[in-house]
Amino acid sequence: MSDPVVDRIQKNPKYLELRKKRNGFGWLLTLLMLLVYYGYIALIAFNKPFLAQPIGAGVTTLGIPIGMGVIVFTVLITGIYVRRANSEFDDLTAEILKDASK
Amino acid sequence: MKMNKSFFVMLLALLAGSVLAAGPDLGHVEKQATNWTAIIMFGIFVAGTLFITKWAAARTKSASDFYTAGGGITGFQNGLAIAGDYMSAASFLGISAAVMSTGYDGLIYSIGFLVGWPLITFLMAERLRNLGKFTFADVAGYRFQQTPIRAFAASGTLVVVAFYLIAQMVGAGQLIQLLFGLDYWMAVVIVGALMMVYVLFGGMTATTWVQIIKACMLLAGVSFMAFMVLAKYGFSPEALFTEGVKVRTAIASNSGKTAEEAAKLGLSIMGPGGFIKDPISAISFGMALMFGTAGLPHILMRFFTVPDAKQARKSVLWATTWIGYFYVLIFIIGFGAITLVLTNPEYADVATGALKGGGNMAAVRVAEAVGGNVFFGFISAVAFATILAVVAGLTLSGASAVSHDLYATVFKKGKADSAAELKVSRITTVCLGIVAVVLGIAFQKQNIAFMVSLAFAIAASANFPVLFMSVLWKDCTTRGAVIGGFLGLVSSVGLTIVSPSVWEATLGYPKGSALFPYTSPALFSMTIGFAGIWLFSIMDRSANAAKERAAFPAQQVRSETGFGASGASGH
Repeated sequence: MSDPVVDRIQKNPKYLELRKKRNGFGWLLTLLMLLVYYGYIALIAFNKPFLAQPIGAGVTTLGIPIGMGVIVFTVLITGIYVRRANSEFDDLTAEILKDASK
Repeated sequence: MKMNKSFFVMLLALLAGSVLAAGPDLGHVEKQATNWTAIIMFGIFVAGTLFITKWAAARTKSASDFYTAGGGITGFQNGLAIAGDYMSAASFLGISAAVMSTGYDGLIYSIGFLVGWPLITFLMAERLRNLGKFTFADVAGYRFQQTPIRAFAASGTLVVVAFYLIAQMVGAGQLIQLLFGLDYWMAVVIVGALMMVYVLFGGMTATTWVQIIKACMLLAGVSFMAFMVLAKYGFSPEALFTEGVKVRTAIASNSGKTAEEAAKLGLSIMGPGGFIKDPISAISFGMALMFGTAGLPHILMRFFTVPDAKQARKSVLWATTWIGYFYVLIFIIGFGAITLVLTNPEYADVATGALKGGGNMAAVRVAEAVGGNVFFGFISAVAFATILAVVAGLTLSGASAVSHDLYATVFKKGKADSAAELKVSRITTVCLGIVAVVLGIAFQKQNIAFMVSLAFAIAASANFPVLFMSVLWKDCTTRGAVIGGFLGLVSSVGLTIVSPSVWEATLGYPKGSALFPYTSPALFSMTIGFAGIWLFSIMDRSANAAKERAAFPAQQVRSETGFGASGASGH
């Protein structure tokens, strides 16, 4: 049942470090995304006039850059996570797997 | 006056589609004259995809090839395929129509579809890849008793696939009637037959490439449209919006409004309108979209087609980028529909702003206005290809659930050989194809606007909680996951039936008689699903439960590091 390699990985301090760093980062970004999206929804639900006010003299409202901003934020935050996960976290994972196969 | 009335009926239908039922309604359409340009363009697409299917068929030998294209799809390709699955005809035609009729509300709606992707990236993508093989049940049932968890996962998959499939088939029939001038039943049969050919012979390889080609065609098409719309206004969004407000103001004053009221109505497209009625509906609907994405079986299976966690992450980043880009362009195209289509007497009644042939013609008419008849044919063909590609993906995920989860694991207890499993997948594909055509014809006259949002709500309330808890919570047990999952499934379907969009709009009971007042059940049914899993897991004191808890650390090691993960390629 118990795989010796699995045991070795579990005892490796780098494994704990990986879990701590990556999960902490993942949950932090999750929280940020939820805040931004539900903040936007709350703004619509409770303060429509704020979003409907024009910027400057034209018809473009504040809601347009804010809405577009949510889209851009969504793509950026995904990019930030993937960038760090595909370099730092994957390097750490590779080290853990290398240690385990020794 | 008669015209005014029909305009309001159309507007109401659009609002019912995009607001109440929370799924762009492909709605009421009229059959158009046969459009040969579109048919020829579509014929070229079909010929090309059949050629790919032939190529893919030669490479589809094992079950792994069939389900996951042998795990040989790159992150970039998979990202395009995921985006293709997501940019369905409903989002292309429905959201541009929603922007045309409500302006800013269309943007709010599309944002809801996008925001689930980061969460999938942060919490699920690499764990799915590391634990999974062919279906999401491989992940959810990693350390559980196979029979009950697979039975649940297969039910969750088939129910979601069924609702999604009906919505796509009915949409296909109506659209093709509209764009190609073919009969409804013919369109449904063509979609069913072509989809069967792709899946049967080409498996996941063909399904993925059809989706990639379609995604590229769609992205190229909408890029050109948005570019041409902006070019007409000197690349100034402000000029485009000003013109849109002017057109809307004119339409409002034609309907007998005073100048002041008309100006106010015209400006209203620049800010949030009636889309968010009450905060509970808004949050509940947002949750269905956000977490439902992480529970859609035809999206989840795409994570098993890439070789490793790195590529899995890259694929979601590409998918999110393309989908975000797509929604920004759709917003511009929606405004283009106001300024270029609603002002053209060939496409619309200029006085009332009613589009000829139904609201869903918005995007294709913009195509005609900026690119002439050939481009109109191209976009029509892309719309058909879109439905075809999404339907093929759905069918493949349904077939995997039956052959891999039910047949190979539940009935054969994991002792089925690859060839027998493959045979069952193909038989299931044929059955699902026939069922899809029959349901598509049966639901022709029904109001099916609720079906896509129901599919999202079920995915968020049944599939997602089970997946999430089994992977991240060590005390989760088989009993908890299965009971909680079924509670989420039953409550999301039940609450949808007694909500206004089904009880009143589809079943025809009087207004105000619906027991459940909100747009989407997700806030409640997701809570029920999660609470059920938690409660029945902590109450589970069986010997099995102890074994399953003890198996968590090993599962965690594999989900976090990919140690022992099923290999990149099956051959």
